[in-house]
Amino acid sequence: MARLIINGTPRDIEVDPDTPLLWVIREQIGLTGTKYGCGVAACGACTIHIDGVATRSCVLPVSAVEPDQQITTIEGLSPDSSHPVQQAWLALDVPQCGYCQAGMIMAAAGLLMQNPNPADEDINAEITNICRCGTYNRVRAAIKLAAKAGEATQRG
Amino acid sequence: MNAIISLSRRSFIIGVAASAGGLSLGFNVPFIKPARAEGSEAAPEINAWVVIRPDDTVVIRIARSEMGQGTLTGLAQLVAEELNCDWAKVTTEYPSPAQNLARDRVWGNFSTGGSRGIRESHEYVRIGGAVAREMLIAAAAAEWGVPASECTARMGMVTHAASDRATFYGQLAAAAARMTPPANVTLKDPKDWTIAGKPLPRLDTADKLNGSQVYGADLKLPNMLNAAIRACPYFGGKVESFDAAAVAAMPGVRTVVQVDETAVAIVADTWWRAKTALDALPIVWDEGPNRQVTSASIAAMLEEGLAANDAFIGAKQGDAGAALSAAGRTITATYAFPYQNHATMEPMNATALYTPERCEVWVPTQNGEASLAAAAEAAGLPVQQCEVHKIHLGGGFGRRGNFQDYVRQAVSIAKQVPGTPVKLMWSREEDMLHGAYHPTTRCRLTGALDADGNLTALHMRISGQSILAAVRPQGMQNGMDPVVFQGLVLSGTEGTLGYTVDNLLVDHAMRNPPIPPGFWRGVNLNQNALYVECFMDELAHAAGVDPLAFRRKLMAKHPKHLAVLEAVAERIGWDTPPAAGVHRGLAQIMGFGSYVAAAAEVSVTDGQLRIHRIVAATDPGHVVNPAQVERQVEGSFVYGLSACIYGECTVNGGRMEQENFDSYEVLRMAEMPDVETIILPSGGFWGGVGEPTIAVAAPAVLNAIFAATGKRIRTLPLKNHDLA
Repeated sequence: MARLIINGTPRDIEVDPDTPLLWVIREQIGLTGTKYGCGVAACGACTIHIDGVATRSCVLPVSAVEPDQQITTIEGLSPDSSHPVQQAWLALDVPQCGYCQAGMIMAAAGLLMQNPNPADEDINAEITNICRCGTYNRVRAAIKLAAKAGEATQRG
Repeated sequence: MNAIISLSRRSFIIGVAASAGGLSLGFNVPFIKPARAEGSEAAPEINAWVVIRPDDTVVIRIARSEMGQGTLTGLAQLVAEELNCDWAKVTTEYPSPAQNLARDRVWGNFSTGGSRGIRESHEYVRIGGAVAREMLIAAAAAEWGVPASECTARMGMVTHAASDRATFYGQLAAAAARMTPPANVTLKDPKDWTIAGKPLPRLDTADKLNGSQVYGADLKLPNMLNAAIRACPYFGGKVESFDAAAVAAMPGVRTVVQVDETAVAIVADTWWRAKTALDALPIVWDEGPNRQVTSASIAAMLEEGLAANDAFIGAKQGDAGAALSAAGRTITATYAFPYQNHATMEPMNATALYTPERCEVWVPTQNGEASLAAAAEAAGLPVQQCEVHKIHLGGGFGRRGNFQDYVRQAVSIAKQVPGTPVKLMWSREEDMLHGAYHPTTRCRLTGALDADGNLTALHMRISGQSILAAVRPQGMQNGMDPVVFQGLVLSGTEGTLGYTVDNLLVDHAMRNPPIPPGFWRGVNLNQNALYVECFMDELAHAAGVDPLAFRRKLMAKHPKHLAVLEAVAERIGWDTPPAAGVHRGLAQIMGFGSYVAAAAEVSVTDGQLRIHRIVAATDPGHVVNPAQVERQVEGSFVYGLSACIYGECTVNGGRMEQENFDSYEVLRMAEMPDVETIILPSGGFWGGVGEPTIAVAAPAVLNAIFAATGKRIRTLPLKNHDLA
């Protein structure tokens, strides 16, 4: 039995403690926005937040998550796609196939929490998710747009 | 110019599609005469393409698959343009492959590959929209008792100005559905378009921002079980034995099944438990006949072909052999292109529900009809008792079209648990080991230069693997694979060589290693552009002529090829020196019906490559959505540069060595250059967009690397070369 707080809701789950958090989220909680891409933390499609920190969930055993830690998935980033990163993604029409985009958005939102105004080098270092369709340049532009929107919110 | 199109044309289009599609799997597709349109009175179907709901929502049917390339939005724009509806009220749906068969293939070809989604269906979908518009006008005219010719349709409304009456499409739909379709319609001149041709946002973005878009991997059905699979990693090998009892009691496991001769699957309550049990399952492989095959043995096989006497001729002009023999100065170089994996972000998957009477499959597919044929074949049921539900794709790139191996596997597993839906998903490792690989070819090029530095003769000998021979033998032409010559032929509309060489020979020694090849975004255009465009650069340098000027001399009879090349050269500032330490390269090619070119700016510092900037140009004839064309061009450089810098699957012991993204690396954000896209639609033809610009990525960059370092890279990928 594991207790997890996912998108603000505590959940008690019957699970083998070695199960990667990704599969608990996808198959036991039933939130499929978080994707499987590689299973070796190489692609970032499984990125979620744990206490606000972008984390690859495909190699993280569920037993490594403390019962009081806050897990946020793409479904819980905002109730209505209103997070500045989601809004920037919409404004620039970033996704192509979209499969990697939940991970991209969660990685970007995590970056902006740590660094509200990232330089290109910061984006390069932190956003190492793989996109095969080729959205990288629009991802970069959308992160900058979201950063601007965040600045405006803080000033306002 | 307006085109008046007779509707009888449609039967021709469908006839062609039928002969190319249904038979490709050795499978007779019975055509059932259509039941009448399924639309209810509440949401009447005006015709196959258009359903209009009472609230004025327009549902546009999309036959091709959306896999990120934007075709869904573009096709909807084309229908909506002729329908004269309100774009804000447009939504889309996929008709199913079984419906298409049942209705005499009214939606034409479902296959989504070869950058053909729009260019091969633009006419009949526009006709579909125009016919529906005329039926809506006719319904309004009948209701008002006025001549249809006095009514106009605009923004989802029919108006009769003379009597000051107007009504919305939603009110007319039921009556319109009963109207006789017009015999002829007039399609708009693209210059008059107001919906098509515009950079409209995609229709499918919102669900991709919050996790609600359902991919095949995300499908949930009542009582569904999950399957993990392992197929023999040795090409040509099969299952010898496995010890099901060893894992039968592991948590969640329901059954362990053999899948055909080649694979073993575990069905469990969750995929993770199925995979965990599969990792613990003892399997003995019959390693088959190819254990001695390595990348080196394949290279030797292709090297032999470079000088072999037997070869298929793809292009011939004058007498290249004699001209080369007589030439004062010849230049020779040999290039090589490795195997590469599609590596879609969503691994292969399919969900199947089998009963002795019926088989249903849910699958992300580039070709729903191929999926249906595969499902019926694997189920052993008549096609009328099967159905395929197309699910959004997490990338396709050619892997999910012709090849329906995962569908056959899913059905084979589902047959062993009848009545229960089973979702089969491959691990990334399975996906890497069982690709339909971008095939390996090599090319030896020999060119002759006269005293003035003019290219007087060129022989391109390609040696290597044919895709068609392995996967679509009915497409072969007397033993020759025409696809091998993409972009290098002298006639046709698909992709001609952009140079006039008086003595030219392009030929192919077919050498087929026992590795499964496939159509990979860009197909053979990628290899061929590398060969011809890097070699043009070599010849220019040998002649002491600027690479743009050298090409220009050969391109006088190829103005469209030249126009895109000139466009990128101008934008990158070819005639002005680059910044200190920055060097430039050029490339052009024609493929998938479009003319494309690229210019690259790179620097190499202490052996470290940095690609600063790419300028790309495309002339696809007509543009349906310039914003989506830009995205495809940008994305194509991610794909093309991944292939150039990292893409390589190596063979050892009869199997692939790379199993995941840690050993099969791809381009990431930090390495991604700026990409500027120039769209130059010259009209008069319809070219593809998703693939062609991939091909110019590698040669433009490699030519720039030569300018920077003096090193001529002739084998991909770049990661194997020291640039210091």
